[in-house]
Formats: sequence, structure tokens, C-alpha cells
Amino acid sequence: MLSKTLHISTSPHITKGVSTDSIMRNVVYALLPVVFFAVYSFGLSAFLVIITSTVACVFTEHYLCKLSKKESTISDWSAVITGLLLGLTLPPIFPLWMAFCGGVIAIALGKYIFGGLGYNVFNPALVGRAVLQASFPVAITTWYPSFLPERFSNIPSSTLAFPFMEPDLDAMSGATPLSAFKFDQVSTATNDLALGLISGSTGETCALLILLGGIYLIARNMMNWRIPVAVLGSAFVLSGIFYLIDSQAYPSPLFMLFSGGLMLGAVFMATDMVASPLTPLGVWIYGAVIGLLTIIIRLWGGLPEGVMYAILLANALSPHIDKMTQSRVYGTTKSKVST
Amino acid sequence: MGLFNFHRNTFKHGVHPPEHKADTNGLSIRQFPFSPIIILPMAQHIGAPAEIIVREGQEVSRGQLLAKAAGYVSVPIHSPIEGKVRKIGNVPTISGKMSPGIYLEAFPFSSQEVMDGTSVDLDTASPEEILQGIQDAGIVGLGGAAFPTHVKLKVPEGKRCDILMINGIECEPYLTTDHRVMLEQADDILMGIKYLMKATGAKQTIIGIEANKQDAADHLQKLIHPDDPIKVKVVPVKYPQGSEKMLITSILDLEVPSGGLPIDVNVVVVNVATTAEIGRLLPHGRGIQERVITITGPAVKKKGNYLIPIGTPLRYVLEQVGADEKISEVYMGGPMMGVAVSNLDISIVKGTSGIVAFTANEVKRSDKIYPCIKCGACVDACPLSLNPSKLGILAKFEAYDEMAEQHNLLDCFECGSCSYVCPSHIPLVQYFRLSKSIVRKRIQTKKAAEHAK
Repeated sequence: MLSKTLHISTSPHITKGVSTDSIMRNVVYALLPVVFFAVYSFGLSAFLVIITSTVACVFTEHYLCKLSKKESTISDWSAVITGLLLGLTLPPIFPLWMAFCGGVIAIALGKYIFGGLGYNVFNPALVGRAVLQASFPVAITTWYPSFLPERFSNIPSSTLAFPFMEPDLDAMSGATPLSAFKFDQVSTATNDLALGLISGSTGETCALLILLGGIYLIARNMMNWRIPVAVLGSAFVLSGIFYLIDSQAYPSPLFMLFSGGLMLGAVFMATDMVASPLTPLGVWIYGAVIGLLTIIIRLWGGLPEGVMYAILLANALSPHIDKMTQSRVYGTTKSKVST
Repeated sequence: MGLFNFHRNTFKHGVHPPEHKADTNGLSIRQFPFSPIIILPMAQHIGAPAEIIVREGQEVSRGQLLAKAAGYVSVPIHSPIEGKVRKIGNVPTISGKMSPGIYLEAFPFSSQEVMDGTSVDLDTASPEEILQGIQDAGIVGLGGAAFPTHVKLKVPEGKRCDILMINGIECEPYLTTDHRVMLEQADDILMGIKYLMKATGAKQTIIGIEANKQDAADHLQKLIHPDDPIKVKVVPVKYPQGSEKMLITSILDLEVPSGGLPIDVNVVVVNVATTAEIGRLLPHGRGIQERVITITGPAVKKKGNYLIPIGTPLRYVLEQVGADEKISEVYMGGPMMGVAVSNLDISIVKGTSGIVAFTANEVKRSDKIYPCIKCGACVDACPLSLNPSKLGILAKFEAYDEMAEQHNLLDCFECGSCSYVCPSHIPLVQYFRLSKSIVRKRIQTKKAAEHAK
């Protein structure tokens, strides 16, 4: 008896049982309602855009791993998240070949070049989108009305545009609430914004479903709740101040929260663990930077929307924020800040 | 942040692993059978190994001195049985190294009567005499550290001890040793406290107990005379509250300075089982020859809290309690900080507070290591507010000096909270252990080089 070999390991011998792939998988679950609503409201073309960007991301990650003779990392689900998020930030009638390019760029330049999962400086999906915005400024700002009766039977011509050909975009376009406000001073009812009865990127429209996904992840302790709270809170406060000063010239803070990509950005993109700070104080600062920058770009920038650049800029700052907000170590009088 | 810094009777951060204490916390301490062979390593405490003073073939009585302390930071070893010295030679230890040691053969049918020595009289003994008595009894920290207690109790020149803290936290999952000791050996504990207060000059004693042992706290409270300067303080359950630093913060809202000891905040902390041992042994001038150990875990059939002679071979222990066929991992100590056993021929030592055995079914740990995703779970877990994520990355780059100089690596006491929560299963504590030993070696080399100049 008791002659068998024992396993040895170093302490601790028990773990909490959470794993990185399960966190990533749950983020995908949280995104699914948003994806379903995108397909429901914009139809077949939105479905194709999201699928294309996701396939492009997964394919690129797998292929790059093979190319560098490493084990494929697609089973950690992070490439799926990048693909879904990228697809959700694109207009529903976005040409599929462009969406595919975006997916390839997101993974290759946004993630793999830095060393893959865990090493990316920026949110990869936003890197993909930023490159698309610079490359195809017209296609990425051409919107489409939601809830068209023929949305499940008809695919807009631009969706299937031939690669490297100028797509026929202005056939039918609907302004987003943000561009309507910025360029035409037309306001949209907050109810419509919250419920997603508006035009916009595929996944930006239904703020309530985005919040629901966020609450799910926060409840499962898989998302830092401080980030969306800081982003939305600071955006609300800053836009509120201007609304109080002049409610004619500036949109209401609720409109600011529920329009454009702020909700999707605050809940699903700013919270990218890798690209956000670690320290509790740092996370508040990081979130506030995103919220404030978004409002500043929206009110005074040349673009109707500023969430993407706000998050990318805050991503770049996050290592520095971490360094500056290092917690005081137990038993020391001052925090050791390395400068 | 001072305005929001309410003290909540606990320390910052920490984790809540499942307790698994219900299997054994209701079971009284039982005497374990005497093993026919006892194996005593001389290096079972921190410091110099004890020096053997018996010879092969010699007959020894229970409680007789077998080896004497080899210096100040060392303790003697007493015979846990009445029997014969069968062999003197190298014996296996848990670290994998061999240690000089003694093999004893128990006399069958012996009454196992314990020999008394010179009593340390509480009323007449000086603090130094009490410390000497504690060393002579071979007492070390029974919570697991096995550091000679008399060294720890010696208040250095220029410092003073105001508060004696008795550590009854027992935050390791599965272990119920201290819990049972507090319930069944309360008189010994209170006697031990008297010796300890005299030895350290402390004016007040606080017994710290976690809320999952409320019955023990109530029991002790009942026995404490209202005039005694002894308080029982119950704190919320959280790992690693049993660490001295965390306990001091939880109860006194003080922080032990980085690199310092509890005496730097005028506190001395002693484990509750150690205290009971002092209270039981010193009046009789006896040496420690047995201790209470929780034997538990899914692979153990007769779980319980046992009074086991020191030196009992682990194999004998597991055979007696009925270990599962599928036994796969055995830990000495709890699952958070205990050491995995590679060899069942090692024996119970003074620092063994528990034996936890798992079968292959429980050890379903996913071994796949993902890159750090900077989720911050470790930052929120570290009781010292270190940044394990950053330290882990630096360890990978072998930037050991930066870890020590800029990120307080040497403060880490390896509680394992960071590894416990890490979703990427990065062996952070293992990295830190290795990094610490490299840094310590570098510091030593540097010192030696400066000395040579």
C-alpha cells in the first residue's frame, strides 16, 4: 500500500478556478445579445460584416501563430472578441473586403506584432478600426437606416463591393444621431437612443443591451466596473456642465451617453484588461480621461465621434498611469515611484 | 485617502479560499498510536541542527534529551517514545535534503510514561530563565514556521514589548489544529500566556481569532478572569490573516515597517498552539515530544485532529488513517502555503500543523499557462499591496534587482494569494521565491566583497 508516486507542486496547491479562456469566453457571451440586435435591426448586411471581421481575426491569429511556429492561440477566444468588437463598430453596409482587411490589421498590427495576447498596448479592435477610418473615410462614415422592411432579403450593393473598387455608397444613407446633431443641429429622443431605434454602427445602437452585457461581466467579476463608471460618469459631468451653460448649443448629457459608440466603448473596449491600468486609482483616472476626451472631441473636434481616439490615447497612457498610481506598499511610508 | 480609511478589523486585500474546515473542526483531539519506528531529523527548526548526545543501541525514556541545542538559534530534541536508538545517520526531510538524524525503535507494551525535568516556576523565574526554559523544552513556532520561540521572544536592546498577541487565526483552509487546541487546551494557553507576558514584559495580551471559530473565542473568554489583562478579539475570516503582519494590522491597525519585525511596533506574536505547549511543558520541565495535527483532505478516510509523536513516519500516519488508493498529492501544512511531499519516508516534525491529502480527482488544476492579461486580480489580492503582475513580468526578464529595489520583492512572504487568483495560472509565488533567493545571494556576495576590501 501507498507505494505509488506522488505528484509534487509548489504552493499554493489550490486555485480559484477562474481561467483566462473562460473570462474571454464570457465576454463573447456578453457580446452576443448586442450582435443579435445588430443583425435584427440592420439585417443581413450587418450579419455579414460582423462574421467577416470575426473570421478575419481568428484566421489571422491562427495563421500568424503557424507562421512563427507556435501553438495556435485561437482557443483563448480573445481573437473572437476582437473580431466581434471590430464588426460592431463598423457601419452595416460596410464593404466586406474592407471589414476583412480591418480584421487582419487588428490582429496583426494591433496584437500580434506586440507579442500576442497580454502584450498589446492598444485595444486591437480599435487599431483595426483606426486604420480603416484612415484608409476608407467615406465608407466608414456612410450610415444606413435601421429596421428597413427588406433588410433580411436584400444585401446593399456596397456590402459586396469588389475589392479595391470604389463602392457605390450614397445609394441610401441615414445620418447618425451624432452627425445629425453636429452638422444639422437635429436632436434625437433619448428613448430611441437607449433602445437602439436609430442609425449607427452595427453594434452601437442598443445601449441597454450593451449595459446588460456589462452588468453580466461585472457580476461574474470578469470586468472592472470602475472603468465604465468612470468613462460614463466623467462624460456625463463634462457634457452636463456645458448643457447647463447653454442648452441650445450643447446636447444634453443623456444624449451624449446614449449616442454613438460611447456605451460600447465604455463597456467593452475601454475595459480591455491588457490595455487598461491595474491600480484602482489608475483605473479611475484612465476612465475619466476617456470620458472627458470623448466629449471634447465630440464638441470641438472635426469629427462627430471621438470614443475611438479617446480610448486609444488612454491605452497609450495606461502604463504611465500605472506607474504613477502604484499603491503604497504595506509597511512603507511612501510609494516607490520609479521615474 | 485618510478620510475614507475606516478600519474594519481586517487588513487590506487578501482572498477567500473555500474553508473545508467542517470535516474536522468538530472532532476532538485523539491520541495517535505509537509507530514502531520514529525518525527524528536534527534539522527540523530554523537555525543550527541539534547536536546528538546519545549513541546507537542506547535505551532512552520518553522525554529524555536526545540532542542538545547547537547555539542560540537552535533547540534541543527530546525522545517522543520509550525505546532504543537503533541507528544514527542521515534521514530524509521534506525539502528533499538529508539531515543528520536518529532512528528510534519503540519498546512494545511500554507505558510511555513521560519523564519530568526541572520545573520553571512562574512566580520566581526571571524573564531570562523563562526564555531558557522555552529553549530547553525544544519549542519552536508550531504554526508552521518552526522558528525557535525563545529567539522570537527576546526583546532586543532598545525596544520594548507592549502587547503580546496570541495567534489563533488559522487562516489556512482545511486545518483545525489551533481551533481544537483553543477548545481543549484553554488552561494550557492561559498558563502559557502568563509565562510569555513575564518573558516579554508585555502589559497586555490579545488573542486574535477568526470568526469561523467563534466557539473557541467564547470558550476562552469564559475562562479569562475579568481582572486579567487578556482580551479576545474576533476578526472576519480572510486569508492570509494568520501572517503576523496581517494580524497586527487587523487587530491594532498598525503596519509593521517594510523589512521590520512586529517588535518594531512593540508587539510580539506567538502562535496559540505554541503558547499551549509552553503552558503545559514549562511547569514540569518537560521537552516537546508530540503535537496536535489535523489530518484531512479528500484522500483521507479517518479525518481528524490527532496528538501525534514527533518523528512518526508519514507513511505510518497515512496507513493508520486509511488513505485512499488514488492518493495523488500530500501536503504538510495547508494547501495555500504547505509543502508537497515527494517521499512518504519523511516524518512528522515540530512545524507540521497539518497533513492534507488529495486524490487525482481533486487535482484537476488546469496547467495551461496563459500570458498575463493585466486583469489586476493579483493586485487586488496581495495583502502587502505589491504588484505581482509587474513583478511576474520582471521575473521573466530576470530583472531581479529591479524587483527588489523598486517593487519591494523582499517584503513578499509567499502567501500565494496572487497565484491563487491568477486566471492565467502564472506560478507567481514560485517566481518570487526563486527571485528572492537570487537577490539574497547577490546581497550576500556584495557584502562579502565589501568585507574583503
